Amino acid sequence: MRHLFLLLVFAIAIAPAVKAEPLVADLSESVVKITTGFTGTKVLLFGALQEQGKIVVVVEGPRHALTVRRKQRVAGIWVNSSEVQFDDVPSFYQVLSSDPLEEWLPLRTRDLYQIGVEYLRFVPKSEVGPAEAARFRDALIRNMQRVGRYGVLEGNVTVMGGQLFRADLYLPANLPTGYYTIEVMLVKDGDVKSIQATPLLVTKSGLGADVFDLAYSYPALYGILAIVLATLAGLGANAIFRKV
Amino acid sequence: MICRRGVAAFAPLGEEAHVAPARKAASQMHIYLPIAEMSVNIFLLLAMGAGVGMLSGIFGVGGGFLMTPLLIFIGVPPAVAVGTEANQIVASSVSGVMAHWRRGNVDVKMGLVLLAGGLVGSTLGVWLFRELRSLGQIDLVIRLSYVFFLGSIGLLMLVESGRAIRRLRSSSAPRRKLHQHNFLHGLPFKMRFRRSKLYISALLPLSVGFVIGVLASIMGVGGGFVMVPAMIYLLGMPTAVVVGTSLFQIIFVTANATFLQAYLNQTVDIVLALLLLLGAVIGAQFGTKLGSYLRGEQLRGLLALMVLAVSAKLAFDLVATPADPYIIGQTLGH
Repeated sequence: MRHLFLLLVFAIAIAPAVKAEPLVADLSESVVKITTGFTGTKVLLFGALQEQGKIVVVVEGPRHALTVRRKQRVAGIWVNSSEVQFDDVPSFYQVLSSDPLEEWLPLRTRDLYQIGVEYLRFVPKSEVGPAEAARFRDALIRNMQRVGRYGVLEGNVTVMGGQLFRADLYLPANLPTGYYTIEVMLVKDGDVKSIQATPLLVTKSGLGADVFDLAYSYPALYGILAIVLATLAGLGANAIFRKV
Repeated sequence: MICRRGVAAFAPLGEEAHVAPARKAASQMHIYLPIAEMSVNIFLLLAMGAGVGMLSGIFGVGGGFLMTPLLIFIGVPPAVAVGTEANQIVASSVSGVMAHWRRGNVDVKMGLVLLAGGLVGSTLGVWLFRELRSLGQIDLVIRLSYVFFLGSIGLLMLVESGRAIRRLRSSSAPRRKLHQHNFLHGLPFKMRFRRSKLYISALLPLSVGFVIGVLASIMGVGGGFVMVPAMIYLLGMPTAVVVGTSLFQIIFVTANATFLQAYLNQTVDIVLALLLLLGAVIGAQFGTKLGSYLRGEQLRGLLALMVLAVSAKLAFDLVATPADPYIIGQTLGH
């Protein structure tokens, strides 16, 4: 808490010096490490405003191609029958705002800046009709929301004295790795007056990262290592319990 | 009255003070599985390992056919469950074969012939696995194979143990032939297996090994639960050498499957395998001791019921209407 206070004091202190910027924001950490004991984390976003306005924060994870499949009943059992592939789907997406979005943010602005899951832009790679594409798109968003990858948290940005703001970004245990962008927008009269983008790196770290890297970079070596470890474990177990 | 109010007022506070550190400790006991890419409570994995290990100790089975579905039930991607389980079975088979080896209950020649078929089968199986995964059908094939094999073997075992229990009660020992002669004995490439006291066509163990190799790769099992009946009823091997020989060849077939799954599909999670192993080793020791107190026929009946339960659960999941018919597929080669 004292740490935060010092940061805020610092933010106020430097705020007049950067008068050209109506908005200054930063994160308490620039790297999130997924260690062996990772169960999710909280990153503090804080900053200062030079103008009165409302704050919208969009957290976006790296974009990848993703396949959505639909199950259909075939001879009594549910089978994956059709699929649509989407390009550039955010692996993580979260919107935070100082006020409920519906009331004051015009649809045009929401669409332009992709604020809210329904305004996310990603296109189907496969050849499908617009109605079918929309169904798969909705399903993708629904699935992502269910596992906590997509979300909108209205009112989670606190603005203090019209000059300072802070927000806690909760990052779940199933956080995808890669480069994230955190866009902080200052909105006034329904228009985005200023945007500041802050990068956040989410990376695996420690033993887990080493195991992952080995598995993907040297798969043959990894396979042999897996067998050797298992053989040793089997022999070890036998040796220990033979004596008992 | 005052006293009661006092308790009521303090109880939540005291509870909170207890809960907070406990919850903290519990959250620290999660472990991030690097290949499965999920965070799981370490004690859950140890308990699963111990539970399945105990059952495998009691019943003398590998336990892969129980562990792989369990892993899928807790949310491990089926592909990772299968690859990792192959790895774990290498360890449990190495540990298991030692006792049989010392007693000379391993027919190495038969094991090698089975293995030759098994290596081809498991290689084909991993390749098939990769193809099905890119078609988005691997989960279905894994589940269907489980339902089919567990269902049919569970039923057979149940019927067989029921008969054995009844036979025991009527106490008339049945006359048992060494093995029956049928068309299988007319096949070419005859080979002599001294330890098994058999003179049969090599094609027979080769094809048994092949089929079980394919199963091992796709289902993430050692295949002992199919191999042992096949050895007894199809090949006509004496029961004494069946388990040892089966374990002997399972080591190499699952090692092959582990290597290929790791090399081609990156679906072997060493961290997960080692944790399961730790629990399984301890559980198996208790299981073996417990198993010696129970009667064979009743044991087999129990195992059959368990196998049928797992099969029924998987079948239900296939038939029941899903909460959401749309799913997000795994991103391949990410």
